Amino acid sequence: MALFRLHPEAAQEPALALANTDDVLALGSALAGVKLIVLNFPKFTDGRAYSQARLLRERLGYTGELRATGAVFLDQLPFLLRCGFDSFESEQKGFAEALAKARTLFSVVYQPTGDGRVTAGALRLQQRKAVAA
Amino acid sequence: MPDTHFYQYDAYDRALVAERVAQFRDQVRRRLAGELTEEQFKPLRLTNGLYLQLHAYMLRIAIPYGTLSTRQLRQLAAIARKYDRGYGHFTTRQNLQLNWIRLEDAPDALAMLAEVDMHAIQTSGNLIRNVTADHFAGAAIDEIEDPRIWCEIVRQWSTLHPEFSFLPRKFKIAITGSPNDRAAVRVHDVGLRLWRNEQGEVGFEVIVGGGLGRTPMIGKTIRDFLPKDELLAYLESVLRVYNRYGRRDNLYKSRIKILVHEIGVEKMREDVEAEYAATKDSALKLSPQTIEAIARQFAPPALRAKRTKVPEVEALKLENRAFALWLKSNVAPHRVPGHAIVTASLKPAGAPPGDASSAQMEGVADIADAWSQSEVRVSHEQNLVFPHVPIEALPEVYRALERLGFAEANIGKITDIIACPGLDYCALANARSIPVAQRISTHFAELSRQHDIGDLKIKISGCINACGHHHVGHIGILGVDKNGVELYQLSLGGDVDFGKTALGTILGPAVEADKVVEAVDALVATYLEARQAGERFVDTYRRIGAQPFKERVYGAV
Repeated sequence: MALFRLHPEAAQEPALALANTDDVLALGSALAGVKLIVLNFPKFTDGRAYSQARLLRERLGYTGELRATGAVFLDQLPFLLRCGFDSFESEQKGFAEALAKARTLFSVVYQPTGDGRVTAGALRLQQRKAVAA
Repeated sequence: MPDTHFYQYDAYDRALVAERVAQFRDQVRRRLAGELTEEQFKPLRLTNGLYLQLHAYMLRIAIPYGTLSTRQLRQLAAIARKYDRGYGHFTTRQNLQLNWIRLEDAPDALAMLAEVDMHAIQTSGNLIRNVTADHFAGAAIDEIEDPRIWCEIVRQWSTLHPEFSFLPRKFKIAITGSPNDRAAVRVHDVGLRLWRNEQGEVGFEVIVGGGLGRTPMIGKTIRDFLPKDELLAYLESVLRVYNRYGRRDNLYKSRIKILVHEIGVEKMREDVEAEYAATKDSALKLSPQTIEAIARQFAPPALRAKRTKVPEVEALKLENRAFALWLKSNVAPHRVPGHAIVTASLKPAGAPPGDASSAQMEGVADIADAWSQSEVRVSHEQNLVFPHVPIEALPEVYRALERLGFAEANIGKITDIIACPGLDYCALANARSIPVAQRISTHFAELSRQHDIGDLKIKISGCINACGHHHVGHIGILGVDKNGVELYQLSLGGDVDFGKTALGTILGPAVEADKVVEAVDALVATYLEARQAGERFVDTYRRIGAQPFKERVYGAV
């Protein structure tokens, strides 16, 4: 497995590995001080860890490294990035190149997530306000 | 370009669809180059509507809320001509399926779709599917609010949703804005019904866990009244609960209806409301400006009130019996006086339900350009609808439809059959559906007899996945395979009307293919003898029960 990290300088200890059936909202104090959380994709098509990731980032305010492991393929990257993952274990050929391009593959997003991207809806609202002003 | 009365893409929507085509083109290239195995490629092509069927690839094209401009319909005709065999199949989910697509051509077909702001995004796969609505939206007299405004809002939010693209199973949402539900909201994963409360506010009743398939269930209401601006927060909450807790161990138990059934509606409500408490008042809350900007695009055409009694129409009615019947069954009232909603029947006697050739699609577009504000709808009953026709144009519209073969006066009647593609196309099917529909529609072709029989919905599925909605047919027909022989199971008493939604009950042993028509004939005869004034088939069945029908069918078969 090759490891790809968007923040190579970040600390990786202490780390916490979760099953995709674990309830992240019940972690409580177990989360304190954790620098790396590893979420698992047992299959490409099992999307539970996407919800775990968003809850960790957006509900619990987790700011450490969030790693995807298991069946991680380059076609998932736009989704993984939007849900807050910043580290990936994958053995797929071409993964590094895909990662470099994944954020710009779609110039438009519709859903507000914790990734900071401005949605099409918010951009339209800004434009309307600019026109009105 | 003519004025439009529904949502038009802006630069953002166009960019996203173009980028999705480019992404898919690359995925197809990788598949053809051997960089992706079929196992890896399958979920990728499915999320873009490309199925591998019995004979070829099938491309399922999304028609959001069933609304098409004539420009879009003409492009669909052109795509079918260029990349398929010159025809397409309109489905029960307001989609269009092309059955003979080559994998190499799929990216180009999608690029042609993108030219007219269309796509095949999320028409398959375990994710939020094309959102469906009342096909009379924006024209119906009983409408509280146009549901398509909300469908469009849901369409954008669900498109490439990063959290919900790998759900346990597919997820279908339907929205109705009328008390008379024409969108079957109680048999969807989520059904939304707009209604006005005592304070005069309009909001959503949220219904969860309905569905057909192998375990049919009627959806349960988990919220009576949801403020409209919190729709996305609430949907995100429902989907998150489903994504986290829906079963993934068994394909047949993975729909949200099974989760609701297993944990109970109370627990489901509790979980969703807890999630919603943390999600509402967030960036998902819709601003009045956002809602208004989308609603404005659905502003109905400025139709002037016209004469409702037109001498030419009255004269033709007396002179032409088929036209008189057509007025009764295929023409519905419009909210603007002097106008009507016209349904073109894609069920002429003996034809496969829902099929249209490229030439027929173009003919329909011509009619809509001339007489229906350049707009066409696809109904979940696999017909096409002209939403805004002046009554004075009805004779001309009728004649034009006659020339296309779409003037059959059978909407809501025994030959207005819903059928899935069945074993003629589908890799999942156990039995053929289309030939059964064709035989029934040939047998009952005579129009005055159909009108005498009255409203009777026959729905046919070629397997237990129930794409033909047989559970909610007044007469449901399910194809089953017994030791290599195609047999058909009959069920009676299903209904999708709101407040009356019911699942049919199996009548008895399955019958052979060549006995289906006789059996249906026996059911109809039983009804005709027993009916009281004003009773539809299904009403009589509810009153007298299954026994008389059973005796007649199994005595006769």
